[in-house]
Amino acid sequence: MAATPRVTTINVNGADQPIDVDSRKSLLWVLRDDLDLTGSHYGCGEGLCGACTVLVDGTPRRSCITTVGDVVGRAITTIEGVAQGGLLHPLQQAFLREEALQCGYCTSGMIMSGVALLERSPSPSRREILRHMEGHVCRCGVYQNIIAAIQSVAETVPEEGG
Amino acid sequence: MSGTSRRPANHGTIANPNVEPERYEFEEHLTRAFALDRREVFRLLGGGVTVALALQSDAQAQESGRGERRGELPFEVAAWLHIDEVGTVTVYTGKVEVGQNIRTSLTQAVCEELRVPAEAIRLVMGDTGRVPYDRGTFGSRTTPIMSSHLRKVAAAARTTLLGLAADRLETDGATLRLGVGQVHHDASGRSLDFGELTDGQELLRTVLDNEAVTDPAHWTVSGTSIPKVSGNAFVTGQHVYPSDVTLPDMLHGKVLRPTAFNATLTRIDVSAAEAMAGITVVKDGDFVGVTAATPSAAEAALASIDAEWRSAPQPDNRELFDYLRAQVTKESQGDFGRSRSDAAGSLERGFDQASVIAEATYEVAYIQHVPLETRAAVAAWGENGLTVHTGTQRPFGVRTELAEAFRLSEAQVRVIMPDTGSGYGGKHTGEAAVEAARLARAVRQPVRVVWTREEEFTWAYFRPAGVIDVKAAAATDGTLTAWEFHNYNSGTSAIATPYEIANRSIHFHRTDSPLRQGSYRGLAATANVFARETAIDELAAALGIDPLQMRLRNLNDGRLRDVLVAATDAFDWTSRSRSPHRGAGIGIGTEKGGYVACCAEVEVGATGTVRILRATQAFECGAIVNPTHLRSQVEGGLVQGIGGGLFEAVHFAEGRILNPRLSDYRVPRFSDVPELETILVDRPDLPSAGAGETPIVGIAPAVGNAIFEAAGIRLRALPLVPNGLPKRI
Repeated sequence: MAATPRVTTINVNGADQPIDVDSRKSLLWVLRDDLDLTGSHYGCGEGLCGACTVLVDGTPRRSCITTVGDVVGRAITTIEGVAQGGLLHPLQQAFLREEALQCGYCTSGMIMSGVALLERSPSPSRREILRHMEGHVCRCGVYQNIIAAIQSVAETVPEEGG
Repeated sequence: MSGTSRRPANHGTIANPNVEPERYEFEEHLTRAFALDRREVFRLLGGGVTVALALQSDAQAQESGRGERRGELPFEVAAWLHIDEVGTVTVYTGKVEVGQNIRTSLTQAVCEELRVPAEAIRLVMGDTGRVPYDRGTFGSRTTPIMSSHLRKVAAAARTTLLGLAADRLETDGATLRLGVGQVHHDASGRSLDFGELTDGQELLRTVLDNEAVTDPAHWTVSGTSIPKVSGNAFVTGQHVYPSDVTLPDMLHGKVLRPTAFNATLTRIDVSAAEAMAGITVVKDGDFVGVTAATPSAAEAALASIDAEWRSAPQPDNRELFDYLRAQVTKESQGDFGRSRSDAAGSLERGFDQASVIAEATYEVAYIQHVPLETRAAVAAWGENGLTVHTGTQRPFGVRTELAEAFRLSEAQVRVIMPDTGSGYGGKHTGEAAVEAARLARAVRQPVRVVWTREEEFTWAYFRPAGVIDVKAAAATDGTLTAWEFHNYNSGTSAIATPYEIANRSIHFHRTDSPLRQGSYRGLAATANVFARETAIDELAAALGIDPLQMRLRNLNDGRLRDVLVAATDAFDWTSRSRSPHRGAGIGIGTEKGGYVACCAEVEVGATGTVRILRATQAFECGAIVNPTHLRSQVEGGLVQGIGGGLFEAVHFAEGRILNPRLSDYRVPRFSDVPELETILVDRPDLPSAGAGETPIVGIAPAVGNAIFEAAGIRLRALPLVPNGLPKRI
């Protein structure tokens, strides 16, 4: 049997991480099992709930349906890398302020997508937020608070940019 | 052990008249009590001061599993609070956190009575090795019962600390106050650390249920929106969910699933899996599982197993409702399953007095909880027995399951429940815990089992499907004169009508369900309220009476009237603007101390699409503990209710689930959420009740009734519009 291509390093949260995995392995399970970054969660395995969302070069990706071979040499950001120097990202603070979580299992993914949205569009309209976040499921149903959290950060960000 | 298959119901099962019959999963296992003696308390908690609440009333003792008294303590312990020898305050409760934010609301209860800030106390929840027995976190009972228990132990802890400090300072306790970890004597400026008071003590104080607590009118911590306790860990990805728990030398396990429900294994070849490096195959009766160093290696090994299963023909969901009606269980079969009824007056007289009669059948589908975190467990065997970390709403129930499965005493099993990725009534059982423990026993290493979404959709239990026959009658002025109501299989929650009806006959008929079924947020209240509120609407329409007036005419319950008026006023029901293809509807209900009224406005598109434009919901559950978290529960319940109300349904045939994945089973998303207005009615004069369940019941009938107003189409099945309405011509 031919050896499958291996991946020996990926860049996560600004640092190269040595690994040794089959390149077809799902990024989610590499993060969780090989790098012990358990903040990205398994929810559906189909890329339809968003709980596993990470940023790849700043773009939200469903890590459960992304192979690790696909992200070699690219900058991966997980929920563990969002707070900087012990300081929560404004959106993390907003999630707490607006109580935009109940069980919190969807929260990492929601925040990752929200962060990407605010990077691209600092003052998104409600419609833009809905369209951008539609791929995320909050089974506890606090969608209103999540929208409010994203909007509350948008209001504190200058109009220009993106 | 012969596999993990379940025993049939009615063998040594609990027969508790205070539990709704639709909690079918409870019949699968025995539940026992657990008591500790004084020595055990201090062995577990260490020295210091412990305050325990002793239960006296039957109802509360039942919550705490009355029945087995092994220790010295002459009562059942419901909760305890411990202040260790360095002054750390820890509260122990068997309740668990699944997103309903009770870690926060219970903390508030303790802070209120102890007069300390939230950061000064720590809650240990759902660890059977450390907390008093608790039947589980279900039935909206945490707030009315456990919260009240914790208030009492905290109040007693406060007077105990003040008493110790008064002795030490030789002053009157009334001149002292509690701060963060300290008792202060403001007059002299002196302070004593809690640790100075508790060091060297082994003081066990028991308080009775009549311990005085703060009147809600004087609450300063409860009643306010303190932030979610440990919220930081959730927004940074640091929180360790059950599926994140990792132990040294841990392996990953996978379990072979049958091809159909109730199938038996006829042939199996595991040689390919056994030939793989690092794989252990465990075969024990029909239980077949594998372990490996990684989840993907375990999956590969499982996939290599060649197995054949034999299954018998089973009903599919197209014939479900006829099947349920035909399978009514004989009343003699078991106490727990006894069908129930409520009758008064004379139906014949009531129908004679009527000017209109509405007779219809309503149906609800099986639905799935879809907790975003699937079942997960990490099991480890040690010298003292078995320890399992798992996400369950009944840690002590799972402990019993494990003890039975492995023929251990309950003292040899410890179940630890980390705050979990939701449950909604769907995690009352310990499948993954038993599986992980069986695999771990074979490999003598810790094993983690995490269910796939497909496993969760297939091998967990479902909300019961149901058929409800209603024959209802009213006089010309809208007064209800007769009410005949038969619920098949769904359950009894909220089956009693809140409307005043002199002549009524209400029945629950237990049936044999083709699918494994059990508790779901709100239980059968969703089904019963849907049928009742739709039938009321049908009568109102037949009489040409406004749906609000129809309800008010027959409703004496002041609390339900209050939320109905609050919701319809805010919705502007009476003077709302009307336009073609739009309609509005009402749904109200009460259960478990919660009162809900929901108004919804929908728009029906030319292609048959139904969109909820706005919903206004009023909810009352006594004195409000945490307004922000209550709002989340009320809105979250409504949003989840949109799923079961409009599009969620489990499809099955030949003993298989046909849509066991999110791509085939639609759950509410951002775009499904209408413009929402929530009115929280505060009643500080009334005891606080739970809010996790009842807010789910109003939206489905409100939307169904709104669709009738918009399109003239009467829908009598949940989900209402899985495929939209027929196209308009």
